[in-house]
Amino acid sequence: MPSLILAHTRYLVIEQIRVPIGILAGTFFPAVTMLAFVVPFTGQDAATATTATGSLVFFGAMSSALTGLATAVSQDRELPWDPYLRTLPAGPLPRFAGRILSTLAAVLISVVPVLVMGALLTEAAITPARLLLGLGALVVGVVPFMLMGLFVGFTLVSKAAMAVSQLLFFPMAILGGLLLPPQVLPEPVQAVSPYVPTRGAAELIWWAIAGVRPDAVSLVMLAVWTGAMAVAAAWAYRRDEGRRFS
Amino acid sequence: MNTSLARAIEVTRRYGDVLALDRVSLDIREGELIGLLGPNGAGKSTLINLLAGLRRPTSGTVELFGGSPLDPVVRRGIGVTPQETGLPASLRVGEITDFVSAHFPERVGTAELLDGFGLGDLVRRQVGGLSGGQRRRLAVALAFAGRPRLVFLDEPTTGLDVEARRALWDGIRAFHDEGGTVLLTSHYLEEIEALAERVLVVGHGRVLADDSVRAVRGMAGTRRVSLVAEDLPELPGVLGAERTDGRIDLLVTDPDRLVVELVRSGVPFSGLEIRPATLEEAFLALTSKESARA
Repeated sequence: MPSLILAHTRYLVIEQIRVPIGILAGTFFPAVTMLAFVVPFTGQDAATATTATGSLVFFGAMSSALTGLATAVSQDRELPWDPYLRTLPAGPLPRFAGRILSTLAAVLISVVPVLVMGALLTEAAITPARLLLGLGALVVGVVPFMLMGLFVGFTLVSKAAMAVSQLLFFPMAILGGLLLPPQVLPEPVQAVSPYVPTRGAAELIWWAIAGVRPDAVSLVMLAVWTGAMAVAAAWAYRRDEGRRFS
Repeated sequence: MNTSLARAIEVTRRYGDVLALDRVSLDIREGELIGLLGPNGAGKSTLINLLAGLRRPTSGTVELFGGSPLDPVVRRGIGVTPQETGLPASLRVGEITDFVSAHFPERVGTAELLDGFGLGDLVRRQVGGLSGGQRRRLAVALAFAGRPRLVFLDEPTTGLDVEARRALWDGIRAFHDEGGTVLLTSHYLEEIEALAERVLVVGHGRVLADDSVRAVRGMAGTRRVSLVAEDLPELPGVLGAERTDGRIDLLVTDPDRLVVELVRSGVPFSGLEIRPATLEEAFLALTSKESARA
């Protein structure tokens, strides 16, 4: 099984590398958002700048995970190569793991410019240990969004998958407090916030990079979302029979 | 009788309102080389998709090696040809072969496999840079990567020149001689005649004929009547007519009656020949009879 995961990861990474514009685009989006929305507004407070940088790193990662995977999977499903892949002796696990690991590689690359900007242009500061911890939290936090992307990608045709993943992406980012800190969100939003997976992921990252005490409900909900999305993605994969026309 | 490798029992498959397969039953036994014939939309692809675990039947049972084709472990024993237009263009020939091979516990090995299909020099070439024929050969090669017991070859030689086609036929025969089982579809009836021992004719989602090549050829009771004549009157039992260089070829179900009617009409003719129909003619007769009934 591990060799099969490796084979699928290798195949997807090669495809990514041979068309590098995809990786560049994934890097460009969080970098520009960082420059436009974080650098000018965080001011002199190091803690605020650090958590804001962390939020933004996750914002970019979540975009690659959810929108990127939903789009890639749904588009690939419309190509004649996909039905062939499904005749090969592999279940959902190697295919999902390959998607997740290759996307993770792209996400970790896209993090670099944001981290550099955070260090050079803002007051954000972090120890190497906390940086590593933060990257670990990023990986844990982004997995449910990848599974959500797989679910959407395996359920919908590509145009619908793109639209739906965008529709999920922005409200979740806002509700989870990625764009504005949760404390400044309106009351009703604050009430919902702990239950969206973005909040759990953000809490985890803030805890890792700045030592902010995480909210237990959010973390539990993150775990619940991860499990639920894994089940949903596997279900979508199994019921998928390629494109259907009637 | 050899062991059954794949089996369909009363299998029906619908796509919305369209009935693609209608209570189809068949048995693929070890060591057989079966030709699957049928017009486009007859249900050939659906049948292969069900046997390869790509789709589920609406009702009925599909078995592969005694298990379900939906089980990945069971699928280790089969080989399928991808559509060559779908091969990922950015991957190299060697990379794609390695990737497919990785799925199987027993492998031919990339170098040996590619050499066997005359692709040995192209290991480092990106798939997007291959010619149509090279891609087709790669697609067929991939079906054999995991030393399968049963291969599904969907149009394996479409787009190949005569020489490449003959080479591929030799490869398929060699696989079969070593005990491999093949289910083959083709637009070229001569290919089925040259390779297959058993023929399945499907039309309108049903198996219209399932027998040896010779039996299917005879089954339709079809004969080809060929003669030279200026003009012909209305004749009974003619399934098809064709005129080439003054000769008229008629595809008929009852040649004796036709000749009696022809003589009775008093139309002058010469060079009368009657011979059994080819597989193609039998196939046309079988499927057109079916559509006349539908």
